[in-house]
Amino acid sequence: MEILNQLRTHAAENLCEIKIWFRAAHISDFPENGGACIKYKDLQIAVFNFSRRNEWYACQNLCPHKMQMVLSRGMIGSTDGDPKIACPFHKKTFSLLNGQCLNGEEEKISVFPVKVEDGFIYIGFTK
Amino acid sequence: MTRIIVVGNGMVGLKFCEKLISRSADFEIIVYGEEPRPAYDRVHLSSFFSGSSAEDLLLTPYSWYESNKIKLLTGELVTSIDRNEKAVQTHSGRKDHYDILVLATGSSAFVPNIEGVERNGVFVYRTIEDLIQIRDYASKIKKAVVIGGGLLGLEAAKAMIDLRLETHVVEFAQRLMPRQVDDDGSAILVNKLQQLGIQVHINKSTSRIEGNGKLEGLTFSNGTSIDADMLVISAGIRPRDELAKNSGLNVHQRGGILVDDFMKTNDENIFAIGEAVCHNNMVYGLVAPGYEMAEVVVRQLVNDHIKPFKGFDMSTKLKLLGVDVGSFGDAFGETPGSIPIALKDNRNGVYKRVNISSDGKFLLGGILVGDAAQYHLFHQMVANKIPLPNQPESLIFGTSSKTDETSGVKNLPDSAQICSCENISKGDLVFQIAQSGVTTLDGLKKNTKACTGCGGCAPMVNDILKITLESLGHKVKKTLCEHFDYSRQELFGIIKVKELRTFNQVLDSHGRGDGCEVCKPAVASLLASIWNEPIMQQPTIQDTNDRYLANIQKGGSYSVVPRIAGGEITPDKLMAIGRIAQKYNLYTKITGGQRIDMFGARVDQLPSIWAELIEEGFESGHAYGKALRTVKSCVGSTWCRFGVQDSVAYAIFIENRYKGLRAPHKIKGAVSGCIRECAEAQSKDFGIIATEKGWNLYVCGNGGARPQHAKLLVNDVDMETCTKLIDRFLMFYIRTADPLTRTATWLNKMEGGLDYLREVIIDDKLGICDLLEKEMKELIEGYHCEWKKVVDDPELQKQFKHFINSDDTDPTLSFVEVREQKLPSNWNEMRDKNK
Ligand code: SRM
Ligand SMILES: Cc1cc2nc3c(=O)[nH]c(=O)nc-3n(C[C@H](O)[C@H](O)[C@H](O)COP(=O)(O)OP(=O)(O)OC[C@H]3O[C@@H](n4cnc5c(N)ncnc54)[C@H](O)[C@@H]3O)c2cc1C
Ligand code: SF4
Ligand code: FES
Repeated sequence: MEILNQLRTHAAENLCEIKIWFRAAHISDFPENGGACIKYKDLQIAVFNFSRRNEWYACQNLCPHKMQMVLSRGMIGSTDGDPKIACPFHKKTFSLLNGQCLNGEEEKISVFPVKVEDGFIYIGFTK
Repeated sequence: MTRIIVVGNGMVGLKFCEKLISRSADFEIIVYGEEPRPAYDRVHLSSFFSGSSAEDLLLTPYSWYESNKIKLLTGELVTSIDRNEKAVQTHSGRKDHYDILVLATGSSAFVPNIEGVERNGVFVYRTIEDLIQIRDYASKIKKAVVIGGGLLGLEAAKAMIDLRLETHVVEFAQRLMPRQVDDDGSAILVNKLQQLGIQVHINKSTSRIEGNGKLEGLTFSNGTSIDADMLVISAGIRPRDELAKNSGLNVHQRGGILVDDFMKTNDENIFAIGEAVCHNNMVYGLVAPGYEMAEVVVRQLVNDHIKPFKGFDMSTKLKLLGVDVGSFGDAFGETPGSIPIALKDNRNGVYKRVNISSDGKFLLGGILVGDAAQYHLFHQMVANKIPLPNQPESLIFGTSSKTDETSGVKNLPDSAQICSCENISKGDLVFQIAQSGVTTLDGLKKNTKACTGCGGCAPMVNDILKITLESLGHKVKKTLCEHFDYSRQELFGIIKVKELRTFNQVLDSHGRGDGCEVCKPAVASLLASIWNEPIMQQPTIQDTNDRYLANIQKGGSYSVVPRIAGGEITPDKLMAIGRIAQKYNLYTKITGGQRIDMFGARVDQLPSIWAELIEEGFESGHAYGKALRTVKSCVGSTWCRFGVQDSVAYAIFIENRYKGLRAPHKIKGAVSGCIRECAEAQSKDFGIIATEKGWNLYVCGNGGARPQHAKLLVNDVDMETCTKLIDRFLMFYIRTADPLTRTATWLNKMEGGLDYLREVIIDDKLGICDLLEKEMKELIEGYHCEWKKVVDDPELQKQFKHFINSDDTDPTLSFVEVREQKLPSNWNEMRDKNK
């Protein structure tokens, strides 16, 4: 699938592959324990402020189930301690650590590294 | 690497692949399937007519085959086997070499040789394609006949009813389901079918299919006839042995590839499994024996615990058209000396028959119609030769209470087979529960695959889970999810007493982990029902519709539904909706709830649309919330010549009273002005019908997938009493129901049912009526329009943007124009485009 492949080429396997740290938005722009969508080139990335755990995650905004640009509007949570995101459309859940679908056979989603500097959120891309 | 070619990608062919790859990676597997899609769930084929799509029926997606390195070629019919060269060839000319060949070609519908079967409008019932054709044809016609009163025929008849056709079943034998039930059992079934509007014609042999091009009717051998627009033939199966036969493999004269106890054909490199096979003079038309055959072959291939196929018990339990039918062991009492004991209850439509051994010690088999709750227990008693009680008739004459059932499960030996589709014994389940610490049915399903086939064993598996957990000292109770060990009702008490106000407070004090998509909205609903504070204060624990105060639609746009209480609206307000919809280019539609829905708004447009609506005097309609939706009304006594009370005024009053009220699930009401019931009040959570003397109050009705009529709570009460009772009723529901449980299901599960509900909210048996009324009063007084909160607060509006780092809108939103309005682009097409 074209869109998914395009996203994959931006997701790093390990941190040394990161070429660009994109300054996405200020911490205060994100809701607590929830997500928002950011635009990078023509990609849509869902960024989650997991304030309960003091962690940040990013993944593609596209849900592979019905190809809907909605993951940032989903609910985050955890299962057995691992963070996950539930798509608001049909509640398919995906691991925020590795993108694996946790309750179905959907394609894996791409996840992106996040860092926080001076109150700003940066997302790492390979190009 | 040994190369295995599987011909046929049906249920059994797929099961063979699953079993093989789970045991060994030493095989290269190629699968040929004639059908256009990968293996699907033929057993639940009929659910295609009650809402499942072809996609839902797939057993595994294409990607499963890929990731397990199985080469799947769909749409390829294998036409010949060259046994000397060990190669197969397909209709498209593809040729492949095999080391081992597995034939899993299944069967086709048996079509009797009746004059005229070639006419248009005659169908069989076997594949998804058959069903698509039936559905398309059915849309143009009225009356369908099904030939075959067996298992498959009755299933087809159910489908005809689902398609809203006048339905007739024609059976050649003198009774329905001749292989499973006897004449008395069939009589009860015929009765039940007739109640459902299905006409049954037994003892009828069809001699000609009439018509000219398309069919117009059937003529029977006794000279009578019947008109019909469509005919579905479901009169049995015919094993697909043509490929085997043409390649010189032995087949049975009545059909079926002949195999030995190890599923080998007369060619030692060729196995055959599933419905295509004839083993020991038997063709098995069920999945479970086919799965067992697959197991037998896989064990030989991986050379581990090899065992023969020893035939299979043909006991069955199913729900046909809402009627339970079970048939097990020696159902017809053919064992010499066997003694039948039967119970025939025409009033309740129940027939039970057990056959016991001549010495009265063992159960041999039996038939259950109308109530088959004891099926699994009886079946296991036969299979495991469990001694009968002293008065064996107590088995069917005694009341079959739930506790009997679990104690029965307790007495089963570990070897008792519980899930016959996956061949899982009681011992396997107990071992899993004890060793791996599973505590839920879902967990057990995942670990053992039990209940994943036909699902019939689920109640028993659940009982075993409960008993085993109890014996391990676990307390078994209903909990929300992995983050909370409490039920919704318990959390209601906790939140209220401890005055918890946020999700994090509740989680930190009474839960663990970080929450999830199950407990967050459940707790959000509780907080709203208890404190009625604006849900926008905790947006990220709300379901997406609540978070954006609008309903998300295909493509990611939203719909907006303002409240139109009782369905009454002034021309000015109608025009205001029209103007606003036009300005924002929204699709408009009258909903099933007597109001107007405007679709296709971008998330960033929502606050300004609301602002304009509020300006015109509208409020949120809470179409997005698990909350009060609408109170429908009919015109009532003000205009209607039959009306006896003012239903519109009462509906508006009630809708405004409960607007914004959050509950475990949505709540709907209606008020009808007279007994003609034009507002359909009896299908609502609370329904009010006017009488000459006052109002009748009905509760716990439901539309939706499982419609249920509301039950009469009180009659002829005045408006004040009626309203007070609804206050109590709703508040009691809000306090005690499980998450996402409508009032109908809540009542169905309530011990004591309607009588108990009456005792609580009318007789005040628990002494809580004052409290319920007080709580409801507080909620009503705390009402606020959620849209207005956002419109008045620029901070809150910031969330209503697609990107937070750009003012661009979502470029993937796309619409098409249909019937002069916009619609979202079809998501399946969007999906394909991106493939
Ligand atoms: C808009 C509407 C269809 C229409 O165009 O007419 C509709 C639309 C939806 N219905 Fe409905 N239902 C609509 C009237 C009904 C009715 C008829 C009625 O209320 O008189 C019923 C049967 C009555 C009942 O509820 O008992 C109905 C039974 C359902 C059900 C099944 C509920 C059940 O208990 O089985 C669902 C699923 C659910 O809620 O879990 C559902 C769910 C939905 C959802 C919310 C599905 C979803 O999650 O997106 C649809 C939202 C579309 C949207 O964004 O607006 N809708 N839905 C109707 C809105 C009425 C309104 O003004 O608020
Ligand atoms: C409506 C309906 C309801 C049923 N309900 C139940 C039930 O409640 N319980 C139960 O146990 N069973 C039920 N069954 C029966 C069950 O579906 C079958 O027993 C089961 O599907 C048999 O599996 P199989 O793989 O042997 O055959 P199939 O599922 O028929 O698969 C065989 C496949 O092989 C393909 N094929 C055949 N020849 C070739 C060839 N030469 N080349 C390539 N491909 C080929 C066919 O197209 C087909 O896709 C029901 C069946 C129907 C139709
Ligand atoms: S509006 Fe209701 S019935 Fe119609 S498709 Fe949506 S959920 Fe189904
Ligand atoms: S679109 Fe995401 S779960 Fe269906």
